[in-house]
Amino acid sequence: MEKMHVKMNVNGKEVDLLTEPRTLLIHALREELGITGPHVGCSSSHCGACTVDMNGMSVKSCTVFAAQANGAEITTIEGLGSPDALHVLQEMFKEHHGLQCGYCTPGMITRAYRLLQENPNPTEEEVRFGIAGNLCRCTGYQNIVKAILEAAAKMNEIKESA
Amino acid sequence: MNEATPPKEERTAALSGLGTSRKRVEDARFTQGKGNYVDDLKMPGMLFGDFVRSPYAHARVKSIDTEKAMALPGVHAVLTAADLEPLGLHWMPTLAGDKQMVLADGKVLFQAQEVAFVVADDRYAAADGVAAVKVEYEELPVLVDPFKAESDGAPVLREDIADQTEGAHGPRRHPNHIFTWESGDREATEAVLAEADVVAEEMIYYHRTHPCPLEPCGCVASMDKVNGKLTVWGTFQAPHAVRTVASLISGIAEHNIRIISPDIGGGFGNKVGVYPGYVCSIVASIVTGVPVKWIEDRSDNLMATAFARDYWMKGRISATKDGKITGLHCHTTADHGAFDACADPTKFPAGFMNICTGSYDIPTAYLAVDGIYTNKAPGGVAYRCSFRVTEAAYFIERMIEILAIKLGMDAAELRVKNFIKKDQFPYQSALGWEYDSGDYHTGWDKALKAVGYEDLRKEQAARVEAFKRGETRMLLGIGLSHFTEIVGAGPVKNCDILGLGMFDSCEIRIHPTGSAIARLGTISQGQGHATTFAQILASEIGLPAEDITLEEGDTDTAPYGLGTYGSRSTPVAGAATAMAGRKIRAKAQMIAAYLLEVHDNDLEWDVDRFVVKGSPERFKTMKEIAFASYNQAIPGVEPGLEAVSYYDPPNMTYPFGSYICVMEINVDTGTTEIRQVYALDDCGTRINPMIIEGQVHGGLTEALAIAMGQEIAYDEQGNVTTGTLMDFFVPTAVETPNYQTDYTVTPSPHHPIGAKGVGESPNVGGVPAFSNAVHDAFRAFGLTQSNMPHDHWRIWKTAQSLGLHD
Ligand code: FES
Ligand code: FES
Repeated sequence: MEKMHVKMNVNGKEVDLLTEPRTLLIHALREELGITGPHVGCSSSHCGACTVDMNGMSVKSCTVFAAQANGAEITTIEGLGSPDALHVLQEMFKEHHGLQCGYCTPGMITRAYRLLQENPNPTEEEVRFGIAGNLCRCTGYQNIVKAILEAAAKMNEIKESA
Repeated sequence: MNEATPPKEERTAALSGLGTSRKRVEDARFTQGKGNYVDDLKMPGMLFGDFVRSPYAHARVKSIDTEKAMALPGVHAVLTAADLEPLGLHWMPTLAGDKQMVLADGKVLFQAQEVAFVVADDRYAAADGVAAVKVEYEELPVLVDPFKAESDGAPVLREDIADQTEGAHGPRRHPNHIFTWESGDREATEAVLAEADVVAEEMIYYHRTHPCPLEPCGCVASMDKVNGKLTVWGTFQAPHAVRTVASLISGIAEHNIRIISPDIGGGFGNKVGVYPGYVCSIVASIVTGVPVKWIEDRSDNLMATAFARDYWMKGRISATKDGKITGLHCHTTADHGAFDACADPTKFPAGFMNICTGSYDIPTAYLAVDGIYTNKAPGGVAYRCSFRVTEAAYFIERMIEILAIKLGMDAAELRVKNFIKKDQFPYQSALGWEYDSGDYHTGWDKALKAVGYEDLRKEQAARVEAFKRGETRMLLGIGLSHFTEIVGAGPVKNCDILGLGMFDSCEIRIHPTGSAIARLGTISQGQGHATTFAQILASEIGLPAEDITLEEGDTDTAPYGLGTYGSRSTPVAGAATAMAGRKIRAKAQMIAAYLLEVHDNDLEWDVDRFVVKGSPERFKTMKEIAFASYNQAIPGVEPGLEAVSYYDPPNMTYPFGSYICVMEINVDTGTTEIRQVYALDDCGTRINPMIIEGQVHGGLTEALAIAMGQEIAYDEQGNVTTGTLMDFFVPTAVETPNYQTDYTVTPSPHHPIGAKGVGESPNVGGVPAFSNAVHDAFRAFGLTQSNMPHDHWRIWKTAQSLGLHD
């Protein structure tokens, strides 16, 4: 199959990929760019393990062609924080035991990140609705919801003090 | 000399040992996307394998044409049974003593069965290859109903063993019959039932479902022909067992096989078994000389890898007029699918189903289980439970409710009347188990008080009246459940898998500067072993948990163990950890005695050091002792500080708990709303309360899914109708309620630290709590039994059949 160029900005870096037109964004990220944070849980838009941020929106990268991301700005879990400067969400997930096997976690945190951009003061119900596209088989969500609500509070505090 | 000793509490806190809600060490990598799951592996030259799967549930394979596929760019090989046969690998042994086709050998027996394995450059090229393989099938009559399996004219599924009248578990009476397994005293039970004041009888169906971990199964196999070593990375809940099985079936010497379980994205029993994908990847790597990866997709996972449950449990329970239970009889028809691939200890073909007398003092009981072949996927794994305990708990907790109806008694009161009493432990059950410890009444009382049970019953009665007056269409259900688990398989004397005794192990190495590494025979799939086992050790050897590295899952480095499932890690490997820690401490005591120039017996252990009795200022800390073990020539003591323990538990452990669910049901839509879920667990000594609570939340959510909607369903032709996450219910954050957790502590008397295991309790106890809530809502209108899963449609139909829509 003839390959095509796809240019994206991934986690702040410009990349230029030569890939088949049918390559899904998740595979371009994981296999061609070695960004293995986002996972595959279903390949059918149900589980959200593959969630990344694309042009300021949460997308399930298993259902987006890499070609559709041409020119896009992509943020994955790897781009949210760094080992010495974790994102508040990453800290709160750890603090409130919001993960077990960790397979859903990158997608979950990336989704929560966008949710808090859209709605910095969500109620518990809004958080639950906001992450309904991301399945977790391990935690029963209770601690994930707690972590996101705490992160929202912390992020607001930081904003206020700035 | 030594500096002033900080107070005991301070030193204990510094260890983060037993009982602390230590934050997880795993989380740093998982929250940053730096986990290392099998699909993250990338190796030079690695190829990708994918299966051609059968569209039919039962068909003869007339021909397989691989020519077109082979001609495609990027396709390297297409394996069929004919290619595997010369290696003797077209069939493989199952964990249950049966055998299973690796690739279709002449026929297919369930939809999505593996027919051919295409090996290509990447997953896209492999998918092209799969589409290009042409298979000609001749459809055969399909058997999906286990009750029709032995009827005249039933199609014979397993032609390979059709005339074998003896199976791995005794006589077979029909080609579609696998085994009959009995427990207890049949005649005595019949006699008790015949004379009883009251007998309640019901068929309880626990439907087929699936563990569905978020990460599907997969592996990377790499045969290094230069040094003759086979390495397989994969989603294995029992890496050592996989190594032994791989060696036995491939003929490769065991020391030349290395099995590695990297991070695993949830298992729940799904990743215990050996799947055709593993075998085919290994063969493909041998054939192509490069690493081969196989990762199933979600539909493959739901349709072909191990399912759970599918037990038809016919029960009879007898009691005196005032509600003292006298006997229990259960006959179970177990639908095992096309191959008997249950993951149970060898002597227990129906797992621990004979824990079905539950939490009750039932003097006489009998259980028989018939295993049956049907045209469904093989499996029968313990989906977050210990070998059929969930089925057993659901059965008895439904039977209790049904008996309560028959007696006209409150179901909570009936339980209290029949609970095994605290002073009866260790308790011998009628079906042969020795329950180690328990205090059911205390937890139960606590639970009833916590939810305000009496007020709830009043509210419910008022609701029924209001409903009858036409003032509401909502009913209130109070779902009660008291479960007793049996976990920690298990004593080698009666528990083995394929002849491998179910002990477990821990090996500890203390470094000179007083930090340590411990390796275990288990493997975490999200349970947080690296966090909790370090805590056990911290308390035993007095080194801070944060200075102890935990390693699991690499058979070249970890001591032999049977892996993680059936809540066995804490009861077995946790015990091995404590015992190995005690060996370290014993040697440390000798070293300390030498350094302090006293006799061993003059020393006592004090949190993180040995102190000379009566002279608190004279002591050696573990850190000092560790260093000394490397740099001092101590007469009669070998240098270094290491220990290994292989722990064979003397008994199982028996966690228990009281769960209550309060549910609102809309009679007109069949929709439900969960108002409250209260879960009180007693898992003995609590290692890390935060992790226990997390396990309970997760297990309850799986229980909620199973009870309320999750199922692997088949149509008459054997097509799976729930093969994607569109149809297979996995609750989102919206359907999932908040849970209220609570606990009591009744230590296990035989476990070194008194722990019992908890991961599976919420699934075992949760399913009856949710299901009983649905049934309880309709009790006033005459419902005794309806089948799970209680989705809106089924609940609506129940209401309809009770005339509530008239
Ligand atoms: S893998 Fe993309 S939604 Fe599941
Ligand atoms: S932590 Fe395992 S799926 Fe969410």
